[in-house]
Amino acid sequence: MYDSPPLAPSPTTAPGVAIEGARLVYGGVPLFDGLDLHLPAGRITALLGPSGVGKSSLLRLIAGLEHGAAGQVHDGAGAPLAGRVAYMAQQDLLMPWLDLVGNVAIGARLRRARPESARAARLLGELGLGDRLSARPAALSGGMRQRVALARTLFEDRPVVLMDEPFSALDAITRHELQALAAEKLAGRTVLLVTHDPLEALRLGHAVQVMAGRPARLEPALVPPGAPPRDPGDPELLRRQAELLARLARARAA
Amino acid sequence: MTLLRPLLIFAALLGLWQAGVWLSGVPHFLLPGPDRVAGVLLARWPELLDNALVTAIEILLGLLLGTLLGCLSALSIALLPPLRRWLLPLLVVSQAIPVFALAPLLVLWFGYGLGPKIAMATLIIYFPVTAAFYDGLRRTEPGWLDLAQTMGGSRLAVLLRIRLPAALPALGSGLRVAAATAPIGAVVGEWVGSGAGLGRMMLDANGRMQTDVMFAALFVLAVLALAIYAAVDRACRAAVPWAPERL
Repeated sequence: MYDSPPLAPSPTTAPGVAIEGARLVYGGVPLFDGLDLHLPAGRITALLGPSGVGKSSLLRLIAGLEHGAAGQVHDGAGAPLAGRVAYMAQQDLLMPWLDLVGNVAIGARLRRARPESARAARLLGELGLGDRLSARPAALSGGMRQRVALARTLFEDRPVVLMDEPFSALDAITRHELQALAAEKLAGRTVLLVTHDPLEALRLGHAVQVMAGRPARLEPALVPPGAPPRDPGDPELLRRQAELLARLARARAA
Repeated sequence: MTLLRPLLIFAALLGLWQAGVWLSGVPHFLLPGPDRVAGVLLARWPELLDNALVTAIEILLGLLLGTLLGCLSALSIALLPPLRRWLLPLLVVSQAIPVFALAPLLVLWFGYGLGPKIAMATLIIYFPVTAAFYDGLRRTEPGWLDLAQTMGGSRLAVLLRIRLPAALPALGSGLRVAAATAPIGAVVGEWVGSGAGLGRMMLDANGRMQTDVMFAALFVLAVLALAIYAAVDRACRAAVPWAPERL
């Protein structure tokens, strides 16, 4: 009844993302101005910075949601990103009147496409929720709800995925599990992961960008060795975490 | 216990009322005791029932029509912002005119049948339903709208799939207010001119100083209004099981 498109795009189909001259003025103070950021194709870029520095606004600018911001966003070849972006926020944004399958497939409903319930159910199964398909979000724990949000993001099957602190509201163990799961499922896509947690950035990012200051600047990208998801017990990772924390503290003091 | 408590309060009030009538010796055409009212209820229940049926039909049709009009208005001003500039002032004006003052006009236009009563009930609930539903449609969680935008949902699809279900709890509040006020519209309509209904019965009894009949009709009206409110309340809860429970 339902066809089965491949769940992950091949890495070659995911475009890079280029942001040029991004500018956002908030209450007369520029949050960032003339900011450039490049997201390499098929890679996870972690954007790290203190709260309120403008990370989320930059992500929302790429998603086309920040209407007060200016700047060029394209796929590196000059074409716009519209229709190629999936968005995942800190809140799960599940709709309480839909069951899990309905929540995962909400995008198809909004586009008046076939609901593809079988694909939604399969994605939920892959994320360990196969036995809760017809449950309502209210019956789930925070970690399970965020898993459903991840399934919904994967259902959209977009080459570019923008994640705004998707794991911040979770407890440490749930967060750890979901980070690994997300890294596995998002492999091959161009991902921007906004976070304020240095360990999360180091664990999941092929590259880590640090955003700090007012107006905010981006420091040269830090590229940890190895491929994500990295082992959080690795002494090298922990050393870099300490380094990043020091960098963030310096940036705040400056 | 939840049902016992109001019943106990009701019984206590009846007792007080009866005692007051006995002790003060008020003439029964001014204030009949509950015993007399109960007597009327027993003796004239077929007539009370017939009239209650007429009033119930007026209230229910008014509720249906007012809810339909209110929902349509709220949806269209939510979907078409330019329409809002034209319809919102009209809405406010419809609320500023005392509906009671319109009753004689409505009788003039629609005659003595069900028409003017249904129109009164419709008019009286139109504003609360529209305002509550429109308010709910406006207060959609912004994150949902962001999500829908990145998913490429059309304006209409977002309205029907997200904003409408999200606004149902607010519509429920409007419908509860409507259920509580629609009987007022129907009864006022009957007072101004009609051949049947509980309001008509009260008016007739008043003219003949049959105060006990008035109280009996009032009692039936209260029971009817309570039943309609309870039914609407239950239906709202059943329709939006995800809504936060309110007391």
